[in-house]
Amino acid sequence: MEKFTTHTGRAVPLRRSNVDTDQIIPAHWLKKVTRSGFEDGLFEAWRKDEEFVLNRPERQGASVLVAGPEFGTGSSREHAVWALQNYGFQTVISSRFADIFRGNSLKNGLLTVVLPQETVERLWELTEADPTAEITVDLEAREVRAEGVTAGFELDDNVRWRLLNGLDDISITLQNEADIATFEATRPAYKPRTQPAA
Amino acid sequence: MGRTLAEKVWDDHVVRRAEGEPDLLYIDLHLLHEVTSPQAFDGLRLAGRPVRRTDLTIATEDHNTPTLDIDKPIADPVSKVQLETLRKNAAEFGVRIHSLGDVEQGVVHVVGPQLGLTQPGMTVVCGDSHTSTHGAFGALAFGIGTSQVEHVLATQTLPLAPFRTMAITVEGELPEGVTAKDLILAIITKIGTGGGQGYVLEYRGSAIRSLSMEARMTICNMSIEAGARAGMIAPDDTTFAYLKGRPHAPQGEDWDAAVEYWRTLAGDEDAVFDAEVFIDANELTPFVTWGTNPGQGAPLGANVPHPEDFTDPQERIAAENALKYMGLEAGTPLREVAVDAVFVGSCTNGRIEDLRAAAAILDGRQVADGVRMLVVPGSVRVALQAVEEGLDKVFTAAGAEWRHAGCSMCLGMNPDQLAPGERCASTSNRNFEGRQGKGGRTHLVSPQVAAATALLGRLASPADLTDPVAVEA
Ligand code: SF4
Repeated sequence: MEKFTTHTGRAVPLRRSNVDTDQIIPAHWLKKVTRSGFEDGLFEAWRKDEEFVLNRPERQGASVLVAGPEFGTGSSREHAVWALQNYGFQTVISSRFADIFRGNSLKNGLLTVVLPQETVERLWELTEADPTAEITVDLEAREVRAEGVTAGFELDDNVRWRLLNGLDDISITLQNEADIATFEATRPAYKPRTQPAA
Repeated sequence: MGRTLAEKVWDDHVVRRAEGEPDLLYIDLHLLHEVTSPQAFDGLRLAGRPVRRTDLTIATEDHNTPTLDIDKPIADPVSKVQLETLRKNAAEFGVRIHSLGDVEQGVVHVVGPQLGLTQPGMTVVCGDSHTSTHGAFGALAFGIGTSQVEHVLATQTLPLAPFRTMAITVEGELPEGVTAKDLILAIITKIGTGGGQGYVLEYRGSAIRSLSMEARMTICNMSIEAGARAGMIAPDDTTFAYLKGRPHAPQGEDWDAAVEYWRTLAGDEDAVFDAEVFIDANELTPFVTWGTNPGQGAPLGANVPHPEDFTDPQERIAAENALKYMGLEAGTPLREVAVDAVFVGSCTNGRIEDLRAAAAILDGRQVADGVRMLVVPGSVRVALQAVEEGLDKVFTAAGAEWRHAGCSMCLGMNPDQLAPGERCASTSNRNFEGRQGKGGRTHLVSPQVAAATALLGRLASPADLTDPVAVEA
């Protein structure tokens, strides 16, 4: 996983609530067996419309998605995170994220930032008025900055530490392999197994 | 202080707890399917890691599988690659798999319970949000992303942040013709698609106690549609009766030991929930969705709402967008909404009880002209049972199509899809834009409402059929 310390970029305002992961990346894209190449599937249905914000010339190269509430609801597909990253987004700001999506994003180094809806509205207004306006998401200071906006955000210390260092969860867990083995030794006999233990 | 059911199951699975770190939780059962696993196996391969516990892992093919001509090669080359990738990975890593054509194949959330693999007090995960289904057994079961799939394959554990608990207490009796599906749709409309966020929901109360396991699974299945981490129901005699004798259920002394443990799982009298919701079962009526998220629902007897009815500006915009997408006029009685297709199936309502309910209504009647009805059993076992009971004949005689098991039109990854603009009454769990096919419009309903709707060609409940004129129509 790439480290995330601080990122500054132009924004895309997505004024919609309840953007589910089926909208972020439709099911037919899920047949791919890789983690890359999902950028063209991102918001595929909406991108058919020339006026859709992502299609606007002034939004090309933007890397901060400022989304409406309940972003990422529905299916657990991590492909939604990969699609956003493949497209070039480094961070997503919303007043509320669905849990699984948020977990997936943080595991992949896509920083999801929760800000109050009023702040999201101000960021929308700012970038709509001036598409070249930049937004900085500073993980070290746990702060979002833009012209006229300075807003702190919360993020679990442990998650922040993993992101700042680009650490892979599996290796961290495997450091505690002995604890896992001890736990397994006490697992009751009546708990089912899918097949006889090897 | 007393603990809730969810807290007990959590506590029983903590492998490691350290200040400032998430708890490391042991996972008892890991279910896999072809869509969310290929990148996880790739990760293992790259790091040179094995699957830690192949005996706690099982795979089935469901999302991409065709429901017709299953003995022929899969027509869609991309679907074919994905299924073959799962088969290859399962063989390479030693994971048990039930492929297309196997008698245990089916939708992953139907297969786990019917094999008796899903049991009370377990932790169950799958790279699929509807893993919440398994909570019906008093298991802590939740959907995970592909990175977490890889994590569980490698370590059989997950680092997890704590959740909050919400009690959803449903007292009373569901009126005639009102089902578990109507109840959960009403709950989601009440608390909203984000209402359960961060919570494990525990459904309880007399109305829940009286439900069958199938109905309980329907309810827990849709917990995720309220944004919840998981949904649970305390195990009781109904749970034990369902499990007894299943292939992977404990036997003999093990069974007695298991039941003794399972009985300790119910929440303590003095357990405190972080939030509570009360529902009066007696007041419920058949419920349908009119919009493009599962929280946009209303009683079947209501009208399509006006966006102005919503005080919250975001909800108002969402309603406007939804009506536009759904091609609905505010104020139209929902009962006047005509459909082109009806889908009975999915991990929400594709079990034998659901098929029986739909068949009972279709028996001796005819699907309305111009309406296409698809009946897709949740698993091969469900299909076999239905055939044994003659339900397949009832469906085909009524003019419905009887298909092979799989996810099918629940998400349209296989050829079963709606055409743009087509409207469908579906027993599945998601009415998102394009979920059942690009431009398709979905109304979530119970199997009973689905069957009545197929007969009348418009959203309807079985009660509407008692009107002889309506049946003629
Ligand atoms: S039936 Fe539908 S909801 Fe259930 S696992 Fe399949 S696609 Fe997902």
